[in-house]
Amino acid sequence: MHPESDEWRLIVALRGGDGAAFAALIEQYHASLIRIAILFVRDRDIAEEVAQETWIGVLRGIDRFEGRSSLRTWLFSILANQARRRGERERRVIPFAALARAPGDEFEPTVDPARFEPPGDEYAGHWVSALPHWEVSPEVAVLSREGRQEIEEAIATLPPNQRAVITLRDIEGWDGEEVCNALGLTQTNQRVLLHRARARVRNLLEQKLGSAGS
Amino acid sequence: MADPGDLTCQEFVELVTSYLDGSLSLVERARFEAHLTNCDDCPLYLAQIQQTVRALGHLREEAIASVARASLLAEFRDWKRAQGSISAS
Repeated sequence: MHPESDEWRLIVALRGGDGAAFAALIEQYHASLIRIAILFVRDRDIAEEVAQETWIGVLRGIDRFEGRSSLRTWLFSILANQARRRGERERRVIPFAALARAPGDEFEPTVDPARFEPPGDEYAGHWVSALPHWEVSPEVAVLSREGRQEIEEAIATLPPNQRAVITLRDIEGWDGEEVCNALGLTQTNQRVLLHRARARVRNLLEQKLGSAGS
Repeated sequence: MADPGDLTCQEFVELVTSYLDGSLSLVERARFEAHLTNCDDCPLYLAQIQQTVRALGHLREEAIASVARASLLAEFRDWKRAQGSISAS
């Protein structure tokens, strides 16, 4: 971490017991910690406790944090430890291995093959009918409570490993390398999981937002 | 209909994530972009994936609940008090 970055200044201030620095950090990261904790524990209440325990771990470990990794990577490592510790007590926790499970090698089409002209056809592999336009952009839909819930539900239907990757990449905005390091995936596996997850969410949005042709 | 190149739409949709991540080889990228220029439907598919990604990014905009904030700030005060008593002793 760069010694002159804003985050590093917050860390230094927090070490000095600056409450405003702590308030700024929880404002910025607490909701993300809960979201990431849910990947492990599924249950919102337990995730909130894990996020809270993560901050206690931050305070206890702040003097030892040297800034070699980014702040969010460090937060994630504390959170993953808390979630694992929780897993020893509760059966509902998803094992870390399920989040880091590599995708199968077999090719799985992400768009229903029936949407394309069959092999042997003059237009084999081309869309059978025009792709429907969306009446409402999902970026607009997500601004409403209902739309937000629909997208959240779409993510909840994904297998744990796809859900973990799409949450970190597209919701939290991590780059591919950070996700690989956090979950112990190769770049290729990470990309395959992201690809399947995005396509599934798009398919679900199409069912909600698609209009027939246009 | 213009010739959409040697890539089919069915192949195109499976390359979208690699394209957006910048991980296609130069040759694959050229085929992908040739298809994108010439196909009537695939630009919309790519746009919908990009809209999906941006919509997901909006989910992050979630504020901390005031109960959680209060409870964390209380934890902080406890921690600070404990620290003070360590350095004072």
